[in-house]
Amino acid sequence: MSIRLENIQYVYSQGTAYEKQALRDINLQINDGEFLGIIGHTGSGKSTLIQHLNGLTKATSGNIYFNDESIYQSGYNLKNLRNKVGLVFQYPEHQLFEETVLKDVCFGPKNQGLTEEECEKRAKEALELVGIAEELYIRSPFELSGGQKRRVAIAGVLAMEPDFLVLDEPTAGLDPRGRDEILDQIFYLHQRKELAVILVSHSMEDIAKYAGRIIVMNRGKVLYDDEPGKVFSHYKELEKVGLGAPQITYVMNELKGKGLPVQTDARTVEDAAKEIIKGLKRKS
Amino acid sequence: MIRDITIGQYYPARSILHRLDPRVKLVSTFLYLISLFIFQSISGYIIVTIFLGVVVSLSKVPLSYIMRGLKPILILLLVTICFNLFLTRTGSVLFSIGFVKITEGGLRSAVYMGIRLIYLIIGSSLMTFTTTPNELTDGIEKLFKPLQKIKVPVHEVAMIMAIALRFIPILLDETDKIMKAQIARGADLESGNLFQKAKAMIPILVPLFISAFRRATDLAMAMESRGYHGGEGRTKMKPLAYKKRDYYAYLIMLFYVVVIFVIGRYYPLRIWIF
Repeated sequence: MSIRLENIQYVYSQGTAYEKQALRDINLQINDGEFLGIIGHTGSGKSTLIQHLNGLTKATSGNIYFNDESIYQSGYNLKNLRNKVGLVFQYPEHQLFEETVLKDVCFGPKNQGLTEEECEKRAKEALELVGIAEELYIRSPFELSGGQKRRVAIAGVLAMEPDFLVLDEPTAGLDPRGRDEILDQIFYLHQRKELAVILVSHSMEDIAKYAGRIIVMNRGKVLYDDEPGKVFSHYKELEKVGLGAPQITYVMNELKGKGLPVQTDARTVEDAAKEIIKGLKRKS
Repeated sequence: MIRDITIGQYYPARSILHRLDPRVKLVSTFLYLISLFIFQSISGYIIVTIFLGVVVSLSKVPLSYIMRGLKPILILLLVTICFNLFLTRTGSVLFSIGFVKITEGGLRSAVYMGIRLIYLIIGSSLMTFTTTPNELTDGIEKLFKPLQKIKVPVHEVAMIMAIALRFIPILLDETDKIMKAQIARGADLESGNLFQKAKAMIPILVPLFISAFRRATDLAMAMESRGYHGGEGRTKMKPLAYKKRDYYAYLIMLFYVVVIFVIGRYYPLRIWIF
């Protein structure tokens, strides 16, 4: 399974004074089971880009293929596509509406035409995956804390059992602990259920830790599309577009500059520690 | 999808109309609307058309953009025209099939009413196209200031209007976002009968109301923490002040009203039945 974008252009409010080109000539392929990070400054077009992946926004020109079938051909089953490509919007807790947590999570599966029991089974599974305790199932979603609400909302998309999970800034507005919990859970899902994850963020640290591949967006264009180590080696260029690399990249580059023989592509503090020890051994 | 509504929206451009004092535009629009109804002959329509044409071209708002604002009132327009056309029974009969009769008077009032409605919408939307909501409420507040003497809460009403106007694009955006989010969860907003469609709106309306209340409390809190306590003693960063061009605009408006009154009334032009 794959999603392929070909020469995607998107123009907002075409023909008015507010006209703005949000995406310019985007070409990329997203494969089954990968963990893709999309990063870019505010207004770089990343949120617009992901709304194209399940056909919510139609490109001004260009084409998108899901499993080598164009999603823009007439009669294409977009509803089915949306079941396969689950999209979690920014601040997803703002779309909760049902009386109980369980009912809200059931909304997606119910729209897929599943039976009541099947919906509930899926909802319970999804809620368990995101770590919502069972006693909360019958509570109103509006009584939960911010972090819990967000997890319920993510469960609402997970319960549809998509093959691709797209998340737009899932950690925005959460405290560091809530952020780590959510990201760890997403990574766990990715590994356990072989779910392809597309994670949009403007924090390099978040993405560096989890993504197997990073796409850097700038002014509606793809600036880099590579594995994290290689993308971070362009840290000077990244700074120019207002992003920068994870702090650890700077530390490693600094050390290398001072004469310590280390690789600079470490992604986490743990990796970096190992690399520094290796470097020290090499030196002595 | 929702962004397409243009009526009542500001259109940013640099034109003399955009620079005019909002009070001038409010008063002029009011006079213009009255002027539309004080004549009964072609000569009046010619003057209004010329005046409107000049103002539109001065505003630098594209004509196609203005025309798009007419779309929402198309049905109202058609109903009005039909009513006038078929139900007015004065003058000789021009055309008849069975009980449907079109009379001279009917045709005349249908055409007159249609043009008047269209000009009315164009004229008033031109004001909102060239004036930001903030300027507009500033203008209204200042114009109605004298009413404060008789205990009308002018400032409060203006503030409520300003906030309401400010929230329209925000809530439209929010609706768009929530709709997309629910569609992504498989919500079906289009098919089904009226009852099913209404039911399908619940997943959109509930979050929308919650977000409106959340924004309202946030805003109230923010205003209070910045010391807002109503209009008394409040000063403006950019107080409205008339400039030379504003006085000229008033003069032109006065001239226009006099011309249309005199010519429309006393020098009627008659072509066929009009």
